[in-house]
Amino acid sequence: MTVEPGKKIRTVIVDDEDLARQVLREFLSKHPEIEIVAECANGFQAVKCAAELEPDLLFLDIQMPKLDGFEVLELIGANRAVIFVTAYDTFAIRAFEVHAVDYLLKPVSGERFNAALQRAEERLSGKTPSAPVAAMELAASARPPSHYLDRIPVRDGTSVFIIPVAKLDYAEAQDDYVALVSGGKKHLKQQTISNLESALDPSRFLRIHRSYIVNLERVIKIEPFGKDTHVAVLSGGVQLPVSRAGHARLRAFLDR
Amino acid sequence: MHPILAQLRRLLFYLLGWIPLAGMLAYLLAVPGNLSWFEAVTVSSILCLLYAFVCLAAWYPCMATPLERSSISRFLFTHVVGAAVASALWLVATRVLGRMLSGFDEFRGISVQLTQDYPLIFGTGVLLYLLAVGFHYVLLAVEASREAEARVMQASVLAREAELRALKAQVNPHFLFNSLNSISALTTSDAVKAREMCILLGDFLRRTLGLGEKVAIPLEEEMSLIHAFLAVEKIRYGARLQMDETIDKEALEAHVPPLLLQPLVENAVGHGIANLIEGGWIRLSAARRDGELDIVVENLFDPDAPPRRRSGVGLANVRQRLQTRYGNRAKFATSIDGATFRVSISLPVEIKERVS
Repeated sequence: MTVEPGKKIRTVIVDDEDLARQVLREFLSKHPEIEIVAECANGFQAVKCAAELEPDLLFLDIQMPKLDGFEVLELIGANRAVIFVTAYDTFAIRAFEVHAVDYLLKPVSGERFNAALQRAEERLSGKTPSAPVAAMELAASARPPSHYLDRIPVRDGTSVFIIPVAKLDYAEAQDDYVALVSGGKKHLKQQTISNLESALDPSRFLRIHRSYIVNLERVIKIEPFGKDTHVAVLSGGVQLPVSRAGHARLRAFLDR
Repeated sequence: MHPILAQLRRLLFYLLGWIPLAGMLAYLLAVPGNLSWFEAVTVSSILCLLYAFVCLAAWYPCMATPLERSSISRFLFTHVVGAAVASALWLVATRVLGRMLSGFDEFRGISVQLTQDYPLIFGTGVLLYLLAVGFHYVLLAVEASREAEARVMQASVLAREAELRALKAQVNPHFLFNSLNSISALTTSDAVKAREMCILLGDFLRRTLGLGEKVAIPLEEEMSLIHAFLAVEKIRYGARLQMDETIDKEALEAHVPPLLLQPLVENAVGHGIANLIEGGWIRLSAARRDGELDIVVENLFDPDAPPRRRSGVGLANVRQRLQTRYGNRAKFATSIDGATFRVSISLPVEIKERVS
């Protein structure tokens, strides 16, 4: 996303602490090119603001109620400029991997803040190429191997659902989306199925087909279907196709 | 110092061990030998008492020839020579004893009779000395393992102490960073409040620094530390943070390890209140009951909050400190009841005279 010269940069501040927002507001007030369109005190609000107001720039705290900063970024898409502001230095690598413009540590100095803002303005004016890869692809790759998702945030318009992975029955690839099915309800998320597969714990979820990942706890039985293929029957009665490779994986898992 | 000579008790046991040996020698002198039973028992008692002390000298060659680091030839040479020398000395002693005893009427002619037993006495001397060598090696091994055990114990005690010191000195740096950020915000908007927060923060830090050295403090002191901590957090979280206390008067004088409860309150703020949009309460209660101090820290939390790193470390530390200090006499439990998280602790009441 780029901003035309002369137009104001629409900015949202997200932090659960009033005083932390106040510092940022004060720093921003010295920059006439900035227009603060909203201030949010938690992750849900941030996602809602981003969807409704389409800001150019976000200042994001990381540890917040409801959704953390990374989850917010994952839900609103990476094609806007984000500056993380946090007291924790441990997330810096992950922040740059999701193509954050900058990473400010609290307490924030005015000089450091201005440098970050300048980088954001450069990115927004198109001087530096914006992130070519979707944020969540990188978020997944930055995740340490031992740490798998335990919940999946999903956005539907301006509202956010959180699906704990234990409640996910299966996932189905649909073009650029995955349909996450939980308790009979479908939630669409813009993500590839391979990407989702790599973020889920392989001892609990298995890719049984090019288009399907199944929660192994839900599988009741596997039945032959046609010459080479099988179907997996889930506890709700849903039947999912199992490919030959998927069947081999499933067998390997069940034999263990 | 010789381990057996170092303690009278050990020496007595050692000499007791020689009684059957003296009995065997008496038998050899009387039955295959030519002494009367009375003569044999007298001679063997005196000789064995002497030889018991001679054999203690085996300790030094044994120390100089450690089993695992000496060649077999050196090992054999040392102890065979040692046995020969010790037994030769014993033979000389036998001769002197024979001469002395022959002066008494009861032992007339014993000197000559003993001369015939010299080969027997020398052979027994060699065997007894070698037995002593074996005994001393066992002794050395026992000493070594006991020493190793003591070293391991001491190392673990030192490690635990170091850990506790580090724990006590620990102030969560993120609490500091966030507080400084709040102060930075206040400097332009509300200078008076910024100064107040600086003072509160300084007060809290000073209190925690002073506690590192102490083993236990009255609950009252721990509570005032918690109040200083919460006063700072209250400025950050505003109305989102509510604290509720129910503390019995007599509980206040009971002693607790310093900074035992503060991490629990910090946890309640960081993992509970910080994740709640509308905020919530923390409840702390303490009461004395049958020589026990029961403390409960409860807070509201959001079961659907984003997962946080490091969660549980603070609780594990508190649990470990209680375990180290009180063992089974302290209890620690956590429970979740809907949206309430609860930590319950009970520990023996300790009250000390106030030292000023």
